[in-house]
Amino acid sequence: MVSNSGSHEDYLTPILERYGYVATSLLQILREAQEHYGYIHPDALDYLSVKLQVPRARIEGVAGFYSFIYLQPHGEYRVLFSDNITDRMLGSQALMEKMCQQLWLQPGKVSEDGLVSIGATSCTGMCDQGPAMLVNGRAITRLTQQRVQEIGYLIRNRSPLADWPADYFRVDDNVRRKGLLLDNKLAPGDALRAALLLSVRGEPVEPRSPSTSSGRTENIVETIKASGLRGRGGAGFPTGLKWEACRNATGTVKHVVCNADEGEPGTFKDRVLLTSYADLVFEGMTLAALAVGAQHGYLYLRGEYRYLLEPLQAVLQRRRDANLLGRNILGQANFNFDIVIHLGAGAYICGEETALIESLEGKRGVPRNRPPFPVTHGYMQQPTALDNVETFCQAAMAIHMGAENYRAIGTAKSVGSKLISVSGDCPRPGIYEYPFGVTVREILQDCGAVNTRAVQISGPSGICIGENEFGRKLGFEDLPTAGAFMVFDDSRDLFEVACNFVHFFAHESCGFCTPCRVGTSMLKTTMDKIAAGHGTRHDLNEIENLDHVLQTTAHCGLGRSACNPVLHTLKHFRPAYEGRLKSLDFEPGFDLDGALARARQMTGRDDAGAHLKTEEA
Amino acid sequence: MSDTFQLDGADVTFKPGQTVMQAALAAGHYVPHLCYHPEFKPHGSCKLCTVKINGRTAASCTMPAEAGLQVESNIEELNALRRTLVQMLFAEGNHFCPSCEKSGNCVLQALGYDLEVHTAGFRHLYPDRPVDASHPDILLDFNRCVLCELCVRASSEVDGKNVFALSGRGINKHLIVNSRSGLLVDTDIALTDKAMEVCPVGVILKKRVGFSVPIGARRYDQRPISAQALDDAPRSPDASGSCAVCEGSS
Amino acid sequence: MSRKLRIATTSLAGCFGCHMSFLDIDERILTLLDLVEFDRSPITDIKRCSPCDIGLIEGGICNAENVHVLYEFRKNCKLLIAIGSCAITGGLPAQRNHLDLGSCLTEVYLTEPGLAHGHIPNDPELPLPLDKVHPLHEVVKIDYFIPGCPPSGDAIWKFLTDLIAGKTPELGHGLIKYD
Repeated sequence: MVSNSGSHEDYLTPILERYGYVATSLLQILREAQEHYGYIHPDALDYLSVKLQVPRARIEGVAGFYSFIYLQPHGEYRVLFSDNITDRMLGSQALMEKMCQQLWLQPGKVSEDGLVSIGATSCTGMCDQGPAMLVNGRAITRLTQQRVQEIGYLIRNRSPLADWPADYFRVDDNVRRKGLLLDNKLAPGDALRAALLLSVRGEPVEPRSPSTSSGRTENIVETIKASGLRGRGGAGFPTGLKWEACRNATGTVKHVVCNADEGEPGTFKDRVLLTSYADLVFEGMTLAALAVGAQHGYLYLRGEYRYLLEPLQAVLQRRRDANLLGRNILGQANFNFDIVIHLGAGAYICGEETALIESLEGKRGVPRNRPPFPVTHGYMQQPTALDNVETFCQAAMAIHMGAENYRAIGTAKSVGSKLISVSGDCPRPGIYEYPFGVTVREILQDCGAVNTRAVQISGPSGICIGENEFGRKLGFEDLPTAGAFMVFDDSRDLFEVACNFVHFFAHESCGFCTPCRVGTSMLKTTMDKIAAGHGTRHDLNEIENLDHVLQTTAHCGLGRSACNPVLHTLKHFRPAYEGRLKSLDFEPGFDLDGALARARQMTGRDDAGAHLKTEEA
Repeated sequence: MSDTFQLDGADVTFKPGQTVMQAALAAGHYVPHLCYHPEFKPHGSCKLCTVKINGRTAASCTMPAEAGLQVESNIEELNALRRTLVQMLFAEGNHFCPSCEKSGNCVLQALGYDLEVHTAGFRHLYPDRPVDASHPDILLDFNRCVLCELCVRASSEVDGKNVFALSGRGINKHLIVNSRSGLLVDTDIALTDKAMEVCPVGVILKKRVGFSVPIGARRYDQRPISAQALDDAPRSPDASGSCAVCEGSS
Repeated sequence: MSRKLRIATTSLAGCFGCHMSFLDIDERILTLLDLVEFDRSPITDIKRCSPCDIGLIEGGICNAENVHVLYEFRKNCKLLIAIGSCAITGGLPAQRNHLDLGSCLTEVYLTEPGLAHGHIPNDPELPLPLDKVHPLHEVVKIDYFIPGCPPSGDAIWKFLTDLIAGKTPELGHGLIKYD
């Protein structure tokens, strides 16, 4: 592609102006700049470096961190098949192979005419309507042989994405069971108005006695504390304590950040909330802002949900028009708060709160050292209340219902309801809302699952349970979950499930710390070795050793949980491994005979001496 | 005594703002480390300095010192972890000590000696990392990079140049230089830069001076790193274990 | 005194430097010979390994024959020791690992200037090279490692005498070296 710096100036200037030439918007700028050529041209890097006054290498480093930012031409059409185990179970691998054949190319490579590249990407959050793919960042669901073939034709004919059948891009909510959250009848602003009327005791009071502005922030915090609300992102930290710490933190500038980087494979509840309950999400964020005294809000939206950007922006605008965002919200003097949306670019680790903040600041998404915590040193080192999409929704519900009413739902330590993303082997995948304390068996019955062998709770970093544990309850007392619920019936090989998850962790490791960077790669190699039929007991011991090192030394939760899929499936489904293991104590780390293939090819030899086999030693 | 914690049974006095590692080194207690450098703000990526604090593992270089902490460091359980981490680094890169001019002065190697690492144990990854010999006076051998980021930090914080940066992710993370060609010769690096001094392994090398110190007289030939590192750490009564550079940047 | 321990040694993709260093234990070899006897080894010129207590192997695995010899040692030796950088990391020969074997063979036998009618040797007598050079522990289980290029005579002496005395071998500062 011919280019000169002048042509780059043309499309980069409007982008830079929109972001005020601020380096913290680097990732957003790179995302938009890429839309021009499908990759970041070297000239564009130079230009951005000068204009943003950021060293070129640092921009390159940021671009190189995110899977969806390309520094090399990657095709006019960039096709990425979602590679979660649920996509695989629905036949994604065969579809990808077919498409590669149709378009005459190899996975991961760009076609020689520069038209198209086909590859795999981590779970795109469409597990209830997979197999799914992204084409130039746009989600396409419910892939079939026919649909993939049609897409192949459209690409070959260079048909613009805008002209493709709208049905390809249809994303259904698939809400199957509603509870206090999904069944809410709140109008925009209802929860905010309720908050402004809170008494110190955290219960709604008569509309005629509005609390003073100095007291109201405390009231919200106290109500949330009294409600027992805990974070819905998985860790379950008490939301009230977090907001209180942020409120008490010194600093005049404070932030509220919504973590909508829903990357845990098998999780798609935030997608539904952002699609159909966006007002409630923003309402919760605004409440948080009121509670902690924040002026700035950010929604960090995962790149895979790019298609939600415009609808979400429209909701934000509606809320501004209704004085639910902006200056003097609902007529309250000095209640100023607005929200901007930042897009991720294909990095699971940015779901970790401090990595998310780094990414929000336009950097590589590397988790920070803690302490200090975001509540005192978050975005731009300023106090930041950062919560999950669902947490903000639940906070709005708790405020509106009152602490006592909210507390009445769920269990003692797990208050309220939880959205469960059900996918895998069941006839009715989708979103199910239950009060905490629901058993696994109940969910399986509701989604119609039969002959279930195992359920993966809370994604690869969660836990895999077998039939004898289906009586266990979802909640912080027993099975904590961020919401993923992947069902595997008795036709499934749990080793393959674990193998898929291990590949996921290796792909998504940020590479900051030694144990995770190297350990996840070693783990992947060992699982592949077992998959290829060369595994031994020695390899299983190696995995246990790796697990110990990762658990004790990894920088963040990704590394610490990377071995979980293997250890959990080993515990319940050891035969899935045993059947693959060699009886030998030890097998080479590589394919001995395969290692001679190149030499055989070069010499033309194929005699007995030109082959090797593993021997009992 | 309010400002002390216990390290392997010994009292360690600290000053506010010091991390466990900084206080330990300043008090003459060695904790193994690789990416930590007394002149730079700790960032805690190598995890060699992992200790047990009140029973839980944590990187000592970034963990703020607090009164009353019970810190365990020199115990077999932790040294075994450190051994594995060193092995991982050896397996990850291409560390051919016999042909490396940093041999004898290399921190990774010295850590291996001190922790009695006899083998990498893991399957070697043998990555393909071409050397950059473009600069007339400086050689970059990426094969030995352990991704400690000290050169990145030194160039940015001390030299004010940003010659180095990191790109990629996971096992594909790698060091890059600040030039469009990707070559060192096209950067503004100078022999006098701090970034030239800080590489703990043999990545950033001054040309034509290699192998000048005979075997037996090199840095870690005489004394193990556990003794040498204490000499390198600030330990005068005034030394806080942190420095002006880091204070300025934080 | 109980029977002498039987030791076998060999060099695979190595330079025999570790064997030379072994001889650097000098007159201590007489003491050693009171404790051990040698089976297959360049010292004895015995060609096949019989059951032994200890096998010492220098050099990595670069071709099919190396694999066969390594298996022979693993089968016959109760304890197998990788000695030297090449056996432990692949060492100098492994520096070809980032190159394609095909282009190495092409350059050496076909395109290098001065080759008149070059051809890539294909005699079945010759062992085929592996696409990469590997350390021993990637092919068989290795019990002990003596690092160094080569390990000093003192290191080898210390290691072997510890082992023969039934202790876990320890090298300690000054004896453990990777170069």
